Amino acid sequence: MTQIELRGVQKYFGAVQVIKNLNLAIADNEFIVLLGQSGCGKTTTLRAVAGLETIDEGDILIDGKPVQNLKAADRDIALVFQSFSLYPHMSVYENIAFPLRATRKSKAEIDTEVRSIAKTLQITHLLGLKPSALSGGDMQRVAIGRALVRRPKALLMDEPIGALDAKLREEMRAEIKRLHVRQGSTTIYVTHDQIEAMSLADRIVIMHEGVLQQVGTPDEVYSRPANLFVAQFVGSPVMNVAEAAVAGDTDSATVKLKGADTGFEFPQALLSKLNGHASGGKLALGIRPEGVIVSHDKAQGFLPVEAQIIEPLGSYDIVDLKVGSSILRARTRSGFVGGAGAKVFARIDPEQAHFFDTASGQSLGVRL
Amino acid sequence: MAHIQLKNISKKFGNHTALADLDLDIADGEFFVLLGETGAGKTTTLRLIAGLEKPTEGQVFIDGVDVADWGAAERDVALVLQQYSLYPRYTVRENLEFPLRPKIRRVPEAEIKDRVARAAQTLRIEHLLDRKTDRLSGGEMQRVSIGRAIVRKPRVFLMDEPLSALDAKLRESLRTDLKSLQMQLGATFLFVTHDQIEAMSMGDKIGVLNHGRIVQTGTPQEIYNNPRDTYVASFVGSPPMNLIDGKLVDGRAVMAPMNFELPYAGAAGGGNGGMPKAGGAMDGRPLVFGIRPEDVHLESGAPVEAMVHDVENHGVEKILTLRVGDTTLRATVPARTDVQIEQPVRFAWNPDKVVLFDKASGVSLQHSA
Repeated sequence: MTQIELRGVQKYFGAVQVIKNLNLAIADNEFIVLLGQSGCGKTTTLRAVAGLETIDEGDILIDGKPVQNLKAADRDIALVFQSFSLYPHMSVYENIAFPLRATRKSKAEIDTEVRSIAKTLQITHLLGLKPSALSGGDMQRVAIGRALVRRPKALLMDEPIGALDAKLREEMRAEIKRLHVRQGSTTIYVTHDQIEAMSLADRIVIMHEGVLQQVGTPDEVYSRPANLFVAQFVGSPVMNVAEAAVAGDTDSATVKLKGADTGFEFPQALLSKLNGHASGGKLALGIRPEGVIVSHDKAQGFLPVEAQIIEPLGSYDIVDLKVGSSILRARTRSGFVGGAGAKVFARIDPEQAHFFDTASGQSLGVRL
Repeated sequence: MAHIQLKNISKKFGNHTALADLDLDIADGEFFVLLGETGAGKTTTLRLIAGLEKPTEGQVFIDGVDVADWGAAERDVALVLQQYSLYPRYTVRENLEFPLRPKIRRVPEAEIKDRVARAAQTLRIEHLLDRKTDRLSGGEMQRVSIGRAIVRKPRVFLMDEPLSALDAKLRESLRTDLKSLQMQLGATFLFVTHDQIEAMSMGDKIGVLNHGRIVQTGTPQEIYNNPRDTYVASFVGSPPMNLIDGKLVDGRAVMAPMNFELPYAGAAGGGNGGMPKAGGAMDGRPLVFGIRPEDVHLESGAPVEAMVHDVENHGVEKILTLRVGDTTLRATVPARTDVQIEQPVRFAWNPDKVVLFDKASGVSLQHSA
């Protein structure tokens, strides 16, 4: 049972502030993923929780007790890194048993614990080998085994599968998730890979330049991004973002992209939901490729557009459509649009549309 | 503008055969992608066309002329590599002008200016023209490298993994940039990559190279929907095609390890036009069934039960790994599908989309027929 809380954490490296007023509460058994580009402060945050970095201001609480002044060894937290850090002269068995040496457990007890964790990680057949005889995936399994064997309060992982090749990475990702489902320990996991984050996390914490951008379930982060950074960091291909002008009367609303003659139809409710923004500040429309609906027929609400480039990706196509001076990328069925230059019709699915304040980059939280 | 043909090419480095019996035909104005893993012979093929290597056997034709005796300069091809080889102390403009400066070319000053301006406009690097190249980002540097190729107006563009060193988001945007550039110029592009997404999204045609041999040539759709063998099937597509061992029994697909069964459309003789009919002759023959993840569906009443082994969340959709006994297979399902790890589910496949491969040779029955 471990809760971790960060309150008003600030951290400087010299004059550079790498963590800016970070507040985060992690529930017992929760799998939290810190997601961001390199240099965003995610690893520093993880190391601060582990006790490998001091913080300049704020509190880090484990089960309600401030630990920021405790040494790493006294926080009872296990860490797994990208580089495996196993003892090369010891067998896998000895490597896993190592953290238990200082616990005054009997040999028999240690043996039971090592074998139980090895069984969970399916590395029992490797126990007698030296690390040099192991593959990258197996080394990381052993490193995780060594981290878990002393039943720490929390497991922290820093890009643990970043150094593995694509296929192995997928396998290990599945194993880490399955291990968490079985063992259930509070986990903080750092990565720059959004698919990894979306697939592993109960909640994702997105950081950018030391500032927390959004905390939410994978679905929330994908469907309701808090700002333009999150909107364009999560999801591939990236969300379309285009400057837009909203107009309307008592019956309907339209959203016109820069340089376009006509606007996309929207429900009238958009106007009231945008409040003053419709007339005043600059707006950007955000729409994921699957929210751009393409048709061969001129139906109600569809605007004529020209296809520019078609990227066939096998199970679906990404079609670039020219709307005014913007390009909207749409996701269509494979082969739906014949070729570059094809004239088709498009509309925006209002339910999947996002509106952002161009100046601040913040989402206006419009939901239709 | 050029039409390129390679006829019966082989290339040996000592005892090592890099290319064997290679035939390639790249039409004028075509975006041709050579797709293969490291060591497949992609770069060697490119260098043969560029004139940087000589074939051990066979001929290279440019516009119908055998160019065996032509040097690299005479072939008039432009090479763009993964490492951008720009002059660091020169500005972007100077780098772009450089290929036009040699005395032998004698391009008039006004024309140099014009070509550089056009290239810069096409590649959207006009604002960078007076910047030194060591102050550019990776994507900008690669644009300048391509610009330096464009200004020469070469007959052919040869590109060797030009996007591989860039990060994912940038690669995604440069893919469309390159494709639209090629369409604008109407030039012949030969693009070499190990990334099947690049091949699928940019190529008019793809040639899949494996161990120095062309396994299959075709449009992205042909390669994806009708792979010649299990190598192509598992190389192209992300996630790749599911390949499951089994055999046909009375027109049903019976999978070997767990004896699960699924209907097979070929049996009814309908649906899949070119697919050989699964008559008695096919019964019992060891086969590999290929099915794309998007053609595997979850349904409550479906014929086979499986456990959810993993869920990969892409936001727009989820890719499930399903486990039946020791067999795993992938299914692409809508994002709203609510499934948990170790949850039992039932699945079916789209029988019209099943591709049969011979177990022993790995070749698709559609191609061997």
